[in-house]
Amino acid sequence: MNRIEGKFRKLRRERKKAFIAFITCGDPNLATTERLALEFARLGVDILELGVPFSDPLADGPTIQAASARALKNRVNLADVFRLVRRLRKKTELPVALLTYYNIVYRFGIKNFVKQASLAGVDGIICPDLPVEEAGDLIKAARKNNFATIFLLAPTTDTQRIRRISSNCSGFIYYVSLTGTTGARKSLPKELAGQVRRIKRITTKPVCVGFGVSNPRQAREISRVADGIIVGSAIIKVIERNLGRRALVPKVTGFVRRLRHAL
Amino acid sequence: MKKLPDKKGYFGAFGGKFVPETLMSALQELEKEYYRARRDRKFKEQLAYYLSQYAGRPTPLYFAGRLSKMLGRGIKIYLKREDLLHTGAHKINNTLGQALLAVRMKKPRIIAETGAGQHGVATATVASLFGLRCDVYMGTEDIRRQALNVFRMKLLGTRVIPVHSGSKTLKDACNDAIRDWVTNVRDTYYIIGSVVGPHPYPLMVRDFQSVIGREAKRQILRQERRLPDYLVACVGGGSNSIGLFHPFFKDKEVKFIGVEAGGLGLSSGKHAATLIKGELGILHGSKSYLLQDKDGQVNLAHSIAAGLDYPGVGPEHAYYKKTGRARYAAVSDKEALEGFRLLSETEGIIPALESAHALAYLKKSAAQLGKDKIIVFCLSGRGDKDVDIVKEIIR
Repeated sequence: MNRIEGKFRKLRRERKKAFIAFITCGDPNLATTERLALEFARLGVDILELGVPFSDPLADGPTIQAASARALKNRVNLADVFRLVRRLRKKTELPVALLTYYNIVYRFGIKNFVKQASLAGVDGIICPDLPVEEAGDLIKAARKNNFATIFLLAPTTDTQRIRRISSNCSGFIYYVSLTGTTGARKSLPKELAGQVRRIKRITTKPVCVGFGVSNPRQAREISRVADGIIVGSAIIKVIERNLGRRALVPKVTGFVRRLRHAL
Repeated sequence: MKKLPDKKGYFGAFGGKFVPETLMSALQELEKEYYRARRDRKFKEQLAYYLSQYAGRPTPLYFAGRLSKMLGRGIKIYLKREDLLHTGAHKINNTLGQALLAVRMKKPRIIAETGAGQHGVATATVASLFGLRCDVYMGTEDIRRQALNVFRMKLLGTRVIPVHSGSKTLKDACNDAIRDWVTNVRDTYYIIGSVVGPHPYPLMVRDFQSVIGREAKRQILRQERRLPDYLVACVGGGSNSIGLFHPFFKDKEVKFIGVEAGGLGLSSGKHAATLIKGELGILHGSKSYLLQDKDGQVNLAHSIAAGLDYPGVGPEHAYYKKTGRARYAAVSDKEALEGFRLLSETEGIIPALESAHALAYLKKSAAQLGKDKIIVFCLSGRGDKDVDIVKEIIR
């Protein structure tokens, strides 16, 4: 079984919610990413979402744009990411999903991407600029390799599309909490809980909420309705504040621990 | 023949819809509304009214006698004078169409990206005309080199939002415009300025710009009693060229030549010749040729002409290239400046630096086109906006 699906099965049995942490691979360098990933595994992060940097991250707000730019200064590419995950796999079974823009995958070759990623120990892929209508080849290659294809649902997605997207989704469904780009927000839309319930009436797959989640209180609130939460920008802000400092890893792990405990 | 684009927005292997899920419903709504508007007599009449009474259509098809003589070999060059349109370029053909659509869809706010500032000005103009709120995204590098257009937009009541990321040019302005649209999708209409972006934009912008080719065809048949041998136009995103080419698509004897920005030279890596040097990729919502590195990171484009300074190109051009329907060439910054002077000195018309690329091509390659040929050339815009930058270089 795919590690992501296995994880959700286990969480469901234990009546627990998933905590998914996002960092950009190579921000500020590959060694730090590796250390953070291992710390996350130890802290009980359920899934690691690893960003592969792209020059034009148009679904991202300023925080992740800057992380992506820092990683690109190191010219981090898919080969580096696969090598890093391969090293992680010697030490941990923490499920890993890559998040990147479709051109990165397309350029690498779709079949080749799925094959290399699976071999390295990656469990799934999220492409924020790839709607399900255009994802036929990726889904086909992924199914053959037991590789998860995670699609996003937005507040603007209608019921018919929710059905279509859910049925093509594996691993989990990524619900985008708001209309907008990624980035920490003080408050989240009032309709959020209702929206998640609506989706959960349509599908039995796990629904996790991301975009804007920035503190333990929000994490706790959302986890009442959703199967998990995804935190990215808020973690990257801690990285950003501690760039060039020894305290970077402990500060980030401290923040992640507080979020983890909120669930 | 199959209809292009197909239902999914593809021109052969190119096009499609590659956008965040948040925008998918907006694109579906736009597609539905556009198909409805396209068949609606009232909408068509409205657009025709503004194109003629407000923008100044039809534009002349002017026989450039001195230029033709200079090029020799019996070549006859006709200039399609889009430079004479209100706001000074072909961009208004598209912004009028899309703004009418925005009004029809009851969107109170419009946004746009701009490079040279021509599309920004054309958008700001229609925003003022129809009483819509308007924000235009523009790279800080372009704000610097196109200061005049920035001021024009401000005069028209538009907010120009500077974009500091990446190359600080058109590509990055597009990124930020898309980010804005994702955020404000419920009340905002995004007016894309070229035949790029996700379906239905390449189709829609092509339709609105096709008025160039439809008029040119009628005019050349009246003046020469035959179809031209060549159509020549510059290609950045590709809207003025598609606008000229598309109505001649089925006239196989008419050859299409698109001229891209060769920047500092095709081997320098500093150019914007996407069709000649690019490879298949996905950017800003569609699959087309793209200037990118081996990892799939988008390269920075370079051109003296801000309106051509873009690493992508419209999917219909990609299709024309792949099928051989059009040929594409590139001329350098330096050659473009010669083109700029050439038209100024032979015809008393100062062209936009974008159009100057295609003029430079004519000068360079006239000998290869054969004798006694008739050429229709799209003079996409006037050069007032470029006078400062040219002055800086020529001095």
